Amino acid sequence: MKFQLIGVNQNSAPVEVRERLAIPESRLPDAVKRLAEHPGVDEGLILCTCNRVEVLTQTKNGSADLRRFLRDYFRLDPADYESHLYEYHEQEAIRHLFRVTASLDSMVVGEPQILGQVKEAYATARAVGAVHSHLDSLLTRAFAVAKRVRTETAVGSSAVSVASVAVELAKKIFGSLHSKHVYLVGAGKMSELAARHLLAHGAGSIFVANRTFERASQLAAKFNGQAIHFEELYETCDRADIVITSTGAPVTIFRREHGERFLHRRKNRPMFFIDIAVPRDVDPEMNRLDGIFVYDIDDLQQAVSSHVADRAREAERAEAIVNYEVERFQARLQTLDVVPTIVSLQDHLETIRQAEIDRVRGRLGPLSPEQELAIETLTRGIVSKIMHTPITTLKTAALEPEATTVIDIARRLFNLEQKDRKEKKKAAESGGGESGVES
Amino acid sequence: MPVLWLRVALAFYTVGLLYALLALTGTSSRLSRIALPAMSLGMVFQFVSLSESVVRSGQIALGSVNDSESLLAILVMVAFLIVFLIYRTTSPGIVIFPLVFVLTFMAATGQQPFLVTSPGLRRGWLIAHIALIFTGYAALFLSFSASLLYLAQERSLKSKKSGGFMLRLPALEVIDEIGYRSLLLGFPFMTFGLVAGMVVAQAAFGRIDLFDPKILLSILMWAVYMLMLYTRWNAGWRGRRAAYLAAGAFVAAVIAWSANYFSAIHRFVQS
Repeated sequence: MKFQLIGVNQNSAPVEVRERLAIPESRLPDAVKRLAEHPGVDEGLILCTCNRVEVLTQTKNGSADLRRFLRDYFRLDPADYESHLYEYHEQEAIRHLFRVTASLDSMVVGEPQILGQVKEAYATARAVGAVHSHLDSLLTRAFAVAKRVRTETAVGSSAVSVASVAVELAKKIFGSLHSKHVYLVGAGKMSELAARHLLAHGAGSIFVANRTFERASQLAAKFNGQAIHFEELYETCDRADIVITSTGAPVTIFRREHGERFLHRRKNRPMFFIDIAVPRDVDPEMNRLDGIFVYDIDDLQQAVSSHVADRAREAERAEAIVNYEVERFQARLQTLDVVPTIVSLQDHLETIRQAEIDRVRGRLGPLSPEQELAIETLTRGIVSKIMHTPITTLKTAALEPEATTVIDIARRLFNLEQKDRKEKKKAAESGGGESGVES
Repeated sequence: MPVLWLRVALAFYTVGLLYALLALTGTSSRLSRIALPAMSLGMVFQFVSLSESVVRSGQIALGSVNDSESLLAILVMVAFLIVFLIYRTTSPGIVIFPLVFVLTFMAATGQQPFLVTSPGLRRGWLIAHIALIFTGYAALFLSFSASLLYLAQERSLKSKKSGGFMLRLPALEVIDEIGYRSLLLGFPFMTFGLVAGMVVAQAAFGRIDLFDPKILLSILMWAVYMLMLYTRWNAGWRGRRAAYLAAGAFVAAVIAWSANYFSAIHRFVQS
């Protein structure tokens, strides 16, 4: 069998091209069905996300013309998109699929949605019967590889944006954010975003203090929070576990003595200051107090970039896993290839043996059980001695690149193709009834 | 035989010890996956060893040094497993595993068994005394290890560098809760254990010599314990200051234990 893959992704094609090749979800089953009926295609699957359109097929003999399928299906000017297509065969196709499923080919490496999207594409193709045997095992393997990559490497575990880094840090301090209070000092876009993230992760209530009280009220209303007059800031701030500051004040608002006072009133329960203002709102000295953690915008940025570096390193490990899995899958495929040949070879020789015994039986006259047994043992022995080398050769060849050639030669030497066909015919006939006609 | 089982347990605990040491150097290893099963298996063997020794001597011989160290180790492991079941973290193991290893090592390589024998001992009180005190010790050790983890996690957060094994520590407040809860739960055990000890001493000697090193150190340890709870309730001390106090209580506990070797009234006597 041969795997073949053709498609575009965010690296190979601009969005104008990708959107023209996109297939709406409602029409996907129909498209897959047509793919499966395309000449040469045995099994097929179409993956269509906002970043990629990919057509994966399995063909029994030779290759299918997938470019032609795209031309027939989309009826677009091929010049518009063909230069953006990539096409992979065999091992490369397997590798590409494994990488896509494990989110190594994504725009944001490690993002988790892609696995779900591949699973959906698989379900769609299965539902219309376009995936049934080899593609099925390939996809199943791809899901297993994706899972392995996710559990054995840290790809996908790290946060990427400043806001999500803030959430991650808050979780490292407080564990669960449930019922933690968030205090926004200054009402900027960025602090709003951070607050939204924190709330999405379970943070309890929000306080907003701003120089202009009106703006504070507006923002507080958005989050169902409480607006606070700026003059009351120091009196109320100790209620908050997480403080996000983003004022345009030229001097620091929170200094060490404030921090000490907060801690005293809070009985030393920890506080997390996220300072996204430039110039900074929180005196860095505050970070020296036990139980107060101050991160300014640079610290957050740095955490983001270290996450990105971590990801790159983890991605390398993930690639190694993918490579290993591709090898393994191929090895398995090739042994599968060789098994039917060995079986029909054995059948073939067994038939010859039986026929020959039957032929001489008459000439030998009545035989004692011992003699019967001797003939049986003798003929079986000859057959298995002859078979031994070809079978071993086939088995070892299965793991080599020239597997198909060796299999072909073996089949031709023993005339297995013809024989197989004959047998099928026989089986169909003996099956009887209307199904007896060769299909 | 009990010593054989104990040595098997020790072999399993070695895995935990290695895990803890490797975790401190920041390398993630395959050991982390097998550490917990290995420690649990070790616990099973230790339990077998302890039960066998009890059955053999036909009495609770927990007064013997070997067995009591072994019992302490197993109680510490039980406390650790309770924390694991509630919080799903093995991080305290970084401190707990080596401690369990050392206790078991001492028990497995110990000399002849000694027995606490004093005329007129009331066995019920004695057993209560030992069981309660040891549970208190276990809680104290756990709390101490939580303090160390708290410091490590706090330092990593303050330094603003993430990575290494800090990544895998539980959140600061979770560590804090583990430490505080075990402290809180351990206190009544420790207190009643000491009271039971007093009763035993009273029964054995008729009066209590407050200046005997064992009694003095035990009271000191209890006072530090009390102080830890008080500062926690009152001022919410945690982090560095709490860790110093916990370390103090830990040292006091170790000294109080070693006092068994020179105390006049609480001595392990050769049986």
